[in-house]
Amino acid sequence: MTQQAVRWTADQVLALAPDTASRKAGSKLGAAGPWSEAGSSDEGTVWGLCRGSGSKPYQTVIDIADSTGPAYKCSCPSRKFPCKHALGLLLLWAGADGTVARGPAPDWAEQWIEGRRQRAGQKRTAGGASGASPSGDPEAARRRAERRAERITAGAAELEQRLADLLRGGLATAEQAGYGLWEETAARMVDAQAPGLATRVRELGAIPSSGPGWPVRLLEECALLHLLDQGWLRRERLPDGLAATVRSRVGLSGSADGPPIRDRWLVLAQYDTADTRLTTRRIWLYGAESGRTVLLLSYGAAGRAPGLALPVGLAFEAEVSSYPGAGQLRAALGEQFTPPAPAPIRPPGLTTLEAAVRYGEALRADPWLDSYPVTLDRVVPTPDGDAWQLADAEGDSALPLTPSAQSRPELWRLVALSGGAPVTVFGECGHRGFTPLTAWAEGAGEAVAMCSTS
Amino acid sequence: MNTTSASAGAPAGGSWEELVTVALLGTERRTPPGWAPGREAPVALLDAAAVETLRRRAGVRPARAAARPEPAPRDPRPPLPPAAARRLAMLLADRPGAGSGGRRGTAPDLMELLPQWLTLANARGFAAPPEALPALLDAARGRTDLRPAALAFAGPRALWLARLNQEWRFALRSSPGGGAALPGPEETERVQQLWQEGLFAERVALLSAIRAKEPATARELLATTWATERAEDRLMFLDSLRSGLCAADEPFLERALTDRSRNVRATAAELLSALPGSALAARMAARAGSYVSVDRTRGTPTIVVEAPHECDAGMERDGVVPKAPTGRGERSWWLGQLVEAAPLGAWPERFGGRTPEEIVALPVADDWQAELHAAWCRAAVRQRDPGWSRALLGSPSAPEAAGPGAVSLAERSKLLATLGAGERAEWVAGFIGTHGLSEAFQLLGVCAVPWAGPLGRAVVDALNIARDAGSYPWSFSGVMGLAERCLDPAEAVRLDGLTSVPDESENAAPGAGGYWAEAFQRLVTTLRLRAAMASELGAP
Repeated sequence: MTQQAVRWTADQVLALAPDTASRKAGSKLGAAGPWSEAGSSDEGTVWGLCRGSGSKPYQTVIDIADSTGPAYKCSCPSRKFPCKHALGLLLLWAGADGTVARGPAPDWAEQWIEGRRQRAGQKRTAGGASGASPSGDPEAARRRAERRAERITAGAAELEQRLADLLRGGLATAEQAGYGLWEETAARMVDAQAPGLATRVRELGAIPSSGPGWPVRLLEECALLHLLDQGWLRRERLPDGLAATVRSRVGLSGSADGPPIRDRWLVLAQYDTADTRLTTRRIWLYGAESGRTVLLLSYGAAGRAPGLALPVGLAFEAEVSSYPGAGQLRAALGEQFTPPAPAPIRPPGLTTLEAAVRYGEALRADPWLDSYPVTLDRVVPTPDGDAWQLADAEGDSALPLTPSAQSRPELWRLVALSGGAPVTVFGECGHRGFTPLTAWAEGAGEAVAMCSTS
Repeated sequence: MNTTSASAGAPAGGSWEELVTVALLGTERRTPPGWAPGREAPVALLDAAAVETLRRRAGVRPARAAARPEPAPRDPRPPLPPAAARRLAMLLADRPGAGSGGRRGTAPDLMELLPQWLTLANARGFAAPPEALPALLDAARGRTDLRPAALAFAGPRALWLARLNQEWRFALRSSPGGGAALPGPEETERVQQLWQEGLFAERVALLSAIRAKEPATARELLATTWATERAEDRLMFLDSLRSGLCAADEPFLERALTDRSRNVRATAAELLSALPGSALAARMAARAGSYVSVDRTRGTPTIVVEAPHECDAGMERDGVVPKAPTGRGERSWWLGQLVEAAPLGAWPERFGGRTPEEIVALPVADDWQAELHAAWCRAAVRQRDPGWSRALLGSPSAPEAAGPGAVSLAERSKLLATLGAGERAEWVAGFIGTHGLSEAFQLLGVCAVPWAGPLGRAVVDALNIARDAGSYPWSFSGVMGLAERCLDPAEAVRLDGLTSVPDESENAAPGAGGYWAEAFQRLVTTLRLRAAMASELGAP
């Protein structure tokens, strides 16, 4: 890249923050006061010295041009990633008030940048050479895979037995059995090396306490879990695509070996979900030329933000590769050719009816799909009693918002953005309703995120 | 969302409702619909449920649209420049309670800058970005001091939103008429209607709004219904005449002096006494004059005071409160009220053409000085008389903290408020130069923002002196906080030298140097931020 990376907006910078506290601390450092020797390069690196409470200022340097997302280095002792200094420096740089002038990097920054570039180069050449047999002995790998498949089969059979027992005695007993039963079963699935089954089992445990109508939801999820078990046990007889979907749903990750698709990708949404062990970041991309929507997943250990961060509303040119499975939207980010920059791309929108149909069709390829990404065009957020829906501006159908979307504060950002007028909304449409993730007002306004990163 | 009903081609396994019933009770008690012997009943049930679940999900259809909300009224103001919109989002994100308490470190307090940002944005006439409205409304809900500016900036769409969310109902209460703009004085019919039918708060708002534009129209409007208003309402309405008070209001106020309610009478008298040309003022001047005079028979001319012996009906009618508060002598209580209500312009004449300064300098016999000067202070504030205020304030560098007026800091800040901004700043700068910062806080509060050059420099110099003296910065946190909000951002360059950690001197408190450096860093950072804020909002 030879061009100066386009400056980000403060929102985009703040989207990188691992949590609210960092966002706040970073905002405060986004002013010239504590900074000295701040600068940036044409290649997309930013550096600066930040005065802290100690005598020696912290050295902060950020590489925003890296093909795998921004990389940070700071001499502060913070375990947050990126730390508040990196966020503050990026804000200062985004502020464009001249404090971060372009110029040559000081030695301490240059060393790190050089080191990174070299390592990245080596990795690329090394990766190209050893791609064929990552683990050395193919025969040993095959045996390992076989052993794991046997374990999963045993797990699936055991799970079938437990589901049958449950339905023999009746779901009404599930309420009394409590959460322990499911926790234990989930642990058995972990032992069986089927994390996908384990997750679904754990979710079953939460249904009896999820409010009115829980028996229906429990029956649905039990039935789909049974369908997944059966799919696994008979995977040899399934079409290739569906078999791959079953494998990935069971928890055999596979690798993103689909052909690379080069496109100009608009970042549609980025949001995190976290449990005690893991933070999962979902990033939806829309390819301006291919018209494809793909999902990038990135994980962070508890308390750490996932490594990948892409600001909503920006677009960049890159290659992505799909994971195996019919109708699979998950992909991996390959080489990035340009840094994310503002772009006037908007995904084409559907009516609410078309969106519902789209979800229904997607179920054919993946019956376990809870929702499907769609963009609704010209919908009006509309109160419906205590609930909210997105109603077609023309016509009389509407998609209700999911209960969780209704209870989030971002609901009101959406209502405010619309002001009773039609908006374009990207989100996930499923059997529980619609979850808005990003919205655009009428006219040429910017994308407004409707979900928070933390 | 609606799911397709089972009737559209019933599945082999029976209806969904049947499946749920069997699942609830268990296959030991019920047989699954369509179950063929030879298969395990629970498995057959799960198979059928899986098919039916997918049928239901794949057949999901949109619901019926509810009545769509009326669109929000258009906001004709231009949108914020992008950089200013981002700044606003950042200021609003800095909510109290979301971060670390305790020592503030070098980072600016963004929430403290929001009021200033709002004032600037309102002055420039920008519209709020719609997606920022929820955060703005939340901020306004939490801080009543922020409400008027926040709601003005938030504009009509915020009121539209407030109607949809219980938590923001305060916005509707704060804006009379539920958000509909108040009619202007020229819209006679709407004014009449709102005045006749409006809620009390709406009527007060209407009256104040009209008073601000056309004082006489407001007074006439009030006169039309005056006789039928309740006493406490009359009091509130009367209070609205305080703004734009002029000689033309006198007849109305004079009539209110005979009001049934004592509070209304007192307020009318107070307003009249603020009109030095009013008949009431003349009556008070005559009374006060008869009790305060100059005794020329002494070596130096001396003011002698003979306090009234009774509070007669005339005095009471003119608003003098007869009953003294506990601990005060009746006679001095009455005298204080008479002097306070008497026009200040009458005194030079009575004292042989002396200027206010000369009068204030005269000795006062029999310990009446404090009483007399205090009453003059209240008169100077009420009548907004800069000449007398100046005289009573005295020189800011007078050696004793008390000026010739022997007035408290609170009274001084009121006196200062009657002076022009420049003179006020200069006086406070002089005061700080002599007396330091420990007593300056209240006085700084009445100075115009941003502080004028000499005032800002006086504050910074005094802070620097306090640092050299070895005290801790938090002894001055009040002034520091004010400086962050009020110092001219252009002063930031002058402060750079103060942001380094000085060598520890012998008499300094341990670690104080570092804390001072931190405090000054925060001050500089905040000033830079304010400068950036202002430039992002563009030139006025």
